[in-house]
Amino acid sequence: MPSVPLLDRRLLFVTGKGGVGKTSVASALGLLAAGQGRRTLVCEVDAKGNLADFYGLGPLSFSGTKVRDRLYAMSMDTEESLKEYMSLQLRVPLLARLGPLARTFDFVANAAPGVKEILTVGKFTYEVKEDNYDLVVVDASATGHVVGQLASPVAISELVSVGVVRSQTEWMIDILTDPRQTGVVVVTAPEEMPVTESLELVERLRGETDIDVASVVVNRVLPELFSHGEEEIFGRLRATEVTAQLVDAVGPGVHRVLDGAQLAVDMRRGSVPHLERLRGGLPEGIPVLYVPYLFHRSHGTRATHRIAEFLGEELL
Amino acid sequence: MNPRSDPLVTFEQLCSTKEVVISTGSGGVGKTTTAAAVGATAAANLGVKVLVLTVDPARRLASALGLERFGNTEVEIPAGAFTDVGVEPEGELWVAMLDTKASWDDLIAQHAPDAATRDAILANPLYDNITGKFVQSHDYVAMERLYEIHNSGRYDLIVVDTPPTRNAVDFLEAPERMADFFSSPLLRWLITPYRSRIMNFASKPFYSVADRILGSQFLEDIAEFFMLFQTMYDGFVERARAVTTLLGGPQTTFMVVSTLEVAPSREAQFFCDLLGERGYHLGALVLNKVLPQYMLDPEGTEAARALERDAFKLAADLVPELGNPPVKKAHLSHVLSESARSYLDHQVVARREAEQRRELSSVPDLVLTVPYQTEDIHSLAGLLSVGGRIWR
Ligand SMILES: Nc1ncnc2c1ncn2[C@@H]1O[C@H](COP(=O)(O)OP(=O)(O)OP(=O)(O)O)[C@@H](O)[C@H]1O
Ligand SMILES: [Mg+2]
Repeated sequence: MPSVPLLDRRLLFVTGKGGVGKTSVASALGLLAAGQGRRTLVCEVDAKGNLADFYGLGPLSFSGTKVRDRLYAMSMDTEESLKEYMSLQLRVPLLARLGPLARTFDFVANAAPGVKEILTVGKFTYEVKEDNYDLVVVDASATGHVVGQLASPVAISELVSVGVVRSQTEWMIDILTDPRQTGVVVVTAPEEMPVTESLELVERLRGETDIDVASVVVNRVLPELFSHGEEEIFGRLRATEVTAQLVDAVGPGVHRVLDGAQLAVDMRRGSVPHLERLRGGLPEGIPVLYVPYLFHRSHGTRATHRIAEFLGEELL
Repeated sequence: MNPRSDPLVTFEQLCSTKEVVISTGSGGVGKTTTAAAVGATAAANLGVKVLVLTVDPARRLASALGLERFGNTEVEIPAGAFTDVGVEPEGELWVAMLDTKASWDDLIAQHAPDAATRDAILANPLYDNITGKFVQSHDYVAMERLYEIHNSGRYDLIVVDTPPTRNAVDFLEAPERMADFFSSPLLRWLITPYRSRIMNFASKPFYSVADRILGSQFLEDIAEFFMLFQTMYDGFVERARAVTTLLGGPQTTFMVVSTLEVAPSREAQFFCDLLGERGYHLGALVLNKVLPQYMLDPEGTEAARALERDAFKLAADLVPELGNPPVKKAHLSHVLSESARSYLDHQVVARREAEQRRELSSVPDLVLTVPYQTEDIHSLAGLLSVGGRIWR
């Protein structure tokens, strides 16, 4: 079955090892989707996340902030999610009632496993179900926790046999397990541990959940400086007499430049086996997208736009 | 005078005095590698028995040490592995990885008042969920395990690798939170029998809402589970306090690992500050994957600009110098301009790193730099080479 185009889905969970660029990619996907005319919500799950930086915004809240036309950003707050859920689903009327509830919430959420997770996943699936957005992009938790989060509706439905939560898990599971609607985007980098973790994650997602892996994004790909033949020329440049002539022409700093270029070549060379291991280890049919290492601005709105451009080209 | 401003402090000293070194930092900065490098170097240089304990759910250390999988058991890296790389170890190196589930099972077995309670807990459907999926349980059990190993006196030095800093705060608080959890009046309320509970007017709104959301059966399951757990209350609370004491004690030090990228250094700063505020001992800051200083050389910049500008002309002059087989001028010109561009690109990154380094304040006196390694470190030799750079 050919994979559904990434941005035509309704709900994307962007995950990956810490620091590989989940937030960069999630914010860029949001920008891209909104730019293509989709009403898009980008949401960060981590309360201490930095999604706002990538859009040049102040602190985000549960209620959502407009970023630009058709693009909104919010941050997850399970307590708020519970309140919203109760007022919508249970029609628990008075805010006054929520007072003692807020106090007890933390306890229940900690005591009853999966409650926090389901309030998180529930909010996203709800936005999709209600058609409030064409696309919801989640800047999800890091690799270690995301499987538990995505599996929470199933886990809860196994634990809770009656009650409102139980009946609510069914439609959530329907949305989550439909590859036309939901997909996971695994972000990685061409380094040893990110690749190892990504491959493990893909395996776990396929083994422990019924949620589709929509794409793998390899971020921070270092450029290839030279072709094979050019590399040989570079080697010859480093012979003493040749370098001496370059020193005459452009100054003694040329040693630095050549050392630096050698380092860049070695860095790139060191990353190649990881790229190959990734490609070789992924099950067939999962598209792999590449985003180059950004030297000049790796942070902030400019970087988000650049990454969106690269992803846009990759998705053509 | 602040005794920590002694400029002579070294890792060697730190590892000779402290019994527990906790390695923290955000993901991907090389925390695990650094922890393993410090552990391996300590074992090589000091006549002590060292354990490297990784609590990261992703099994990084295993591959860094070339071991496929090592579970909850402590495994010795044979002395032969050191002699193979030309090092005569003074001490012993052991490694272990935290298996959350197995550790919880051990913990229950240890604290349960009798076999029946133990079995009932292990068989409760919530138990697997709590220990497997409940994220913070990982932090707690990690600290508990550290405490247990430290207390056993099996090692002179334990180097602990932790989850990323955002969790590392949780990590520090996990024992306290576990104690609070068990002392919670709500827990007491929840495990009072169902009937007397609905009679209790004060808790009624909560109960009725909770009941509608989760169903009373589920609440009963929770109640039963915690009732069983309650029997272990004293043991747990006492343990949690002891663990907190160990973390803040004089035998423990923290080493914060970071790269000089923006986000990780901010987190490192945040964590250094937090440790300071709470009175933990911050022993060292290790800056990893730092680009070499020569990337910032003004002469380099000048040469790179000239090379980029004049690549074509320079190539024409150089072709005869390069000998045989003759090179194409266009290729040579491309090599020159690409080298220059690459230098200038990396210089931007190196400048950012320098700025980031400058912005780090309130750091410990021991700040060490590990240069960017173009090859992955997944051998003892690699670990010892990194360790050697920061040791003295
Ligand atoms: N393509 C890129 N080129 C260069 N640097 C990048 C690139 N993508 C991301 N970065 C850098 O990596 C850092 C981490 O990126 P980001 O915050 O998106 O990762 P994350 O996976 O969301 O991290 P966390 O796990 O902390 O949430 C950013 O601050 C940025 O500096
Ligand atoms: Mg992030």
